[in-house]
Amino acid sequence: MTKYIIKRLVMAVLTVFIVATLTFFLMNAVPGGPYEAEKSISPQAKAALEAKFGLDQPLFTQYLTYMKNILHGDFGPSLKQRGREVIDIILTKFPVSAKVGGLSVLVSLIVGIPVGCIAALNRGKASDSTIIVIATIGIAVPSFVVCSLSMYLFGVKLGWLPTVGLMSWKNYIMPVFALSFYPTAYIVRLMRSSMLDALGQDYMRTARAKGVSEAVSLFKHALRNAILPVVTYVGPMMAYTLTGSFIVEKVFTIPGLGGEFVSSITNRDYMMIMGTTIFLATLMVFINFVVDIVYKIIDPRINLK
Amino acid sequence: MKRFPLSFQLKAEDFLPASDAEKQELVVMRESVGFWKDSLRRLVRNKVAMVSLVVIVIIMFFSFIVPSFYPYSYEQQQKGAENMRPMTYSQEEQARIDAGEKVFPHFLGTDKLGRDYAVRIMVGSRISLTVGLIAAAIILFIGALYGSIAAFFGGWVDIIMMRIVDIIYTIPDVLLIVLISFAIRRPLEQLSEQPAFHWIHTVGPNLVSIFIVFALLYWVGMARIVRSQVLVLRESEYVTAARALGAGNGRIVRKHLLTNCIGTLIVTTTLQIPSSIFTESYLSFLGLGVAAPLPSLGSLASSAINGMNTYPYLLVAPAVLISLIILSFNLFGDGLRDAFDPKMKK
Amino acid sequence: MSEHLVDIRNLHLSFFTPAGEVKALNDVSLFLDEGEVLGVVGESGSGKSVTASAIMGITADPGRIVSGKVIFNGHDIGSLDEKELRKIRGKEVSMIFQDPMTSLNPVYTVGNQIEEAILLHTDKNKQEARERAVELLRLVGINEPEKRIKQYPHELSGGMRQRVMIAIALACEPKLLIADEPTTALDVTIQAQILELIMELKHKLGMAVILITHDLGIVSSMCDRIAVMYAGKVIECGTTDDIFYNTKHEYTKGLLRSVPNLYEEESTRLVAIEGTPVDMLNPPAGCPFAPRCPQCMKICLKEMPPYHEFSDIHYSACWLTQKAEFEEAGKGEE
Repeated sequence: MTKYIIKRLVMAVLTVFIVATLTFFLMNAVPGGPYEAEKSISPQAKAALEAKFGLDQPLFTQYLTYMKNILHGDFGPSLKQRGREVIDIILTKFPVSAKVGGLSVLVSLIVGIPVGCIAALNRGKASDSTIIVIATIGIAVPSFVVCSLSMYLFGVKLGWLPTVGLMSWKNYIMPVFALSFYPTAYIVRLMRSSMLDALGQDYMRTARAKGVSEAVSLFKHALRNAILPVVTYVGPMMAYTLTGSFIVEKVFTIPGLGGEFVSSITNRDYMMIMGTTIFLATLMVFINFVVDIVYKIIDPRINLK
Repeated sequence: MKRFPLSFQLKAEDFLPASDAEKQELVVMRESVGFWKDSLRRLVRNKVAMVSLVVIVIIMFFSFIVPSFYPYSYEQQQKGAENMRPMTYSQEEQARIDAGEKVFPHFLGTDKLGRDYAVRIMVGSRISLTVGLIAAAIILFIGALYGSIAAFFGGWVDIIMMRIVDIIYTIPDVLLIVLISFAIRRPLEQLSEQPAFHWIHTVGPNLVSIFIVFALLYWVGMARIVRSQVLVLRESEYVTAARALGAGNGRIVRKHLLTNCIGTLIVTTTLQIPSSIFTESYLSFLGLGVAAPLPSLGSLASSAINGMNTYPYLLVAPAVLISLIILSFNLFGDGLRDAFDPKMKK
Repeated sequence: MSEHLVDIRNLHLSFFTPAGEVKALNDVSLFLDEGEVLGVVGESGSGKSVTASAIMGITADPGRIVSGKVIFNGHDIGSLDEKELRKIRGKEVSMIFQDPMTSLNPVYTVGNQIEEAILLHTDKNKQEARERAVELLRLVGINEPEKRIKQYPHELSGGMRQRVMIAIALACEPKLLIADEPTTALDVTIQAQILELIMELKHKLGMAVILITHDLGIVSSMCDRIAVMYAGKVIECGTTDDIFYNTKHEYTKGLLRSVPNLYEEESTRLVAIEGTPVDMLNPPAGCPFAPRCPQCMKICLKEMPPYHEFSDIHYSACWLTQKAEFEEAGKGEE
């Protein structure tokens, strides 16, 4: 087990390193730079800025400097938001996104798993068909459609919910709804099919033959087997949801990391791009690791090598 | 149990041997059907899938054929006809109607530049469908090739190739999409100057760059599926059996691997179409998609959001249509999966 | 009639599939006394397993008893509700299945799955249940039961898993053990061990056994009586000797011809039964075996033959028997 964890750790560091390297060179290969778009800046000021952040150095030197700093935990200053450190921006924006995202993951699990089970247990009946139809529509509606339509309906037309910011719990309802819409529908479909699969297994017949009640055979025998695909799906989904969806943050004006990331890309805030990418990649690798451990706990057949 | 319960009705000729022909008549065998015919039969019987297919065909007809003879064009701006509600006419058009002329109605009104919204929606869904279909084809090609090479060679080749896939998975989508589309826009524009590549100009460099981005990014899922499928098949008992019976590699690939893979490939590709449309609309929504004045469903919805309070139909129309397109492809893909999966056979 | 442990009377059971009604059991009557071993033989789809699940009351979903009765130990299975059935299952009647690889839940330890049955039907506490589970594992011949009990099914071999299945089945010392092709998925050497184990436990615990198989070799050595099923019907039933040495039905004869015989002096050719089983969606009007029967007569294609009793417990349904009787009667009239 210890050996496995060490191996995974090395793998994780390597993955993050490769991702960072790729991003660094790809980012710099793109024509243009952080200060190209700013017309107000004079060539001298631009050169001064570039010299200040070391952008006038050869690319490879820049890369080495950046990597050295990263090893010391220094993510560098933002190139665009003057006077702010990248790490500070991430640490103030991430909790906002994570709160909305975490709630969304929770909602999609709490709704998705039971509803999927109910559909599987009522296979072929009207309730099953209804759930399947709704879930299929659910995965067909893009999130910007959910966002803008719910915004229009509840925010503007009915005026029930606030449309801007995150001042009270009411502010969370729409973003969480919009963000959990697709994963919920997806989990319902996933849960239904894996539950049907589990219900058809021989060990369910064994349980019945033992005289186990339906509730126990469902919760003890079927659910634990059926939940595995959902665990696999939830891992990466969680990483993406926690770091914030650009669309949801844009539509509901939430000051989160997702919006920050996209604007840093379009602004060519190299330091910000690198910092956020490394942060996201680390989170992703970490969550995947947790998922593997959870998987092993649920299914003893999994051999962690 | 009595002896002879029926003896009084029995006649000696009943006990004559029955001929083979008589026996055969009773054997009602279900006709054996081939894989393709069987799958097709199941698909045709699936009402939901068939309805989805009809919807897809209708949408395709409206997006690819109708705009070519529609009285308005998607970029044609009519002065004085800005922001009209559905089925209304501008003053000028009203004057023409009063003069006895026939004016084609604006079914969905016009946008803020006075362009007919119905035709913009049609062209928008043409773009979305084109992106979906072509991207799916590219993904199928790259993914299937990559996945089968990894599975075929196995060993360290497989490990390295799959490691690359993992890394691409870990890099945030948005970052790659934005960077790549920025990176290739300039070279593409230069390339379109060349006579041989003039078609890029016709299609639009943005659209081409979207294809390239999709091709570079989204083949990983397909590659994983194909790889695991080929791995399973390679080890499967019937392939071993075929090998034992002396079947050559060619025959195994054609007869066993292909027939068993093709179902998965078709299904995954079909389900890839809606997800490509999904992503394209998402990109257009971010303003990274096709360039104006060319509309896509995503950019139409995006630009409608600002005026949502006054002109909600400008948002509802593309939103509903894109959901409908994705839904139809998903349902049709599900139908294909059921039809191709012999385990579902009843 | 004396009280039987299992008494199936004129059971009709159908699966109502979208494609139509599949008559899986068509007028099946069988009985079994305490401590007796009954072999049920037939090819796939002949209704062996369906009969077993009807006794347990676990007929899978689109299946329903259309008419007839299943009486087990005085309970009318068809009239009991699910809750009452659960008290019988695993306690008074247990079942082991064909594939031990998939019949155990992969995510729970062997011990957990044995204890579950014990905790369900007795008032033993967890500690006692664990002790009983260890005892059961020892009973079914598993070494180091204290260690095995903490293992997961995937860590055991196929034979070992089937032993665990047997341990689960015997947890509450049932009156009847139904073994549904218990050895089909196992190696030949393991097969013999498992069968021996079942017989040994039968003598030790004095339970009745229904052994479902398509292997005539197995039943000949183990069973008191044999029922031969074909297309949802019991076409011949009798003592093992009746079936082997006084065979009445053409299908049974066919089955016997297709089994190698070690004791035969001269080497006889093995003969396969030609043709394929009937389509259960469109069963023929007459004898279901008629299209494959070498002795098929015109009446066989038109009408189902009635049962003919050769002794109190040996009966079969074949028109050839009727023909012999008919000709006998004809001679008498002349």
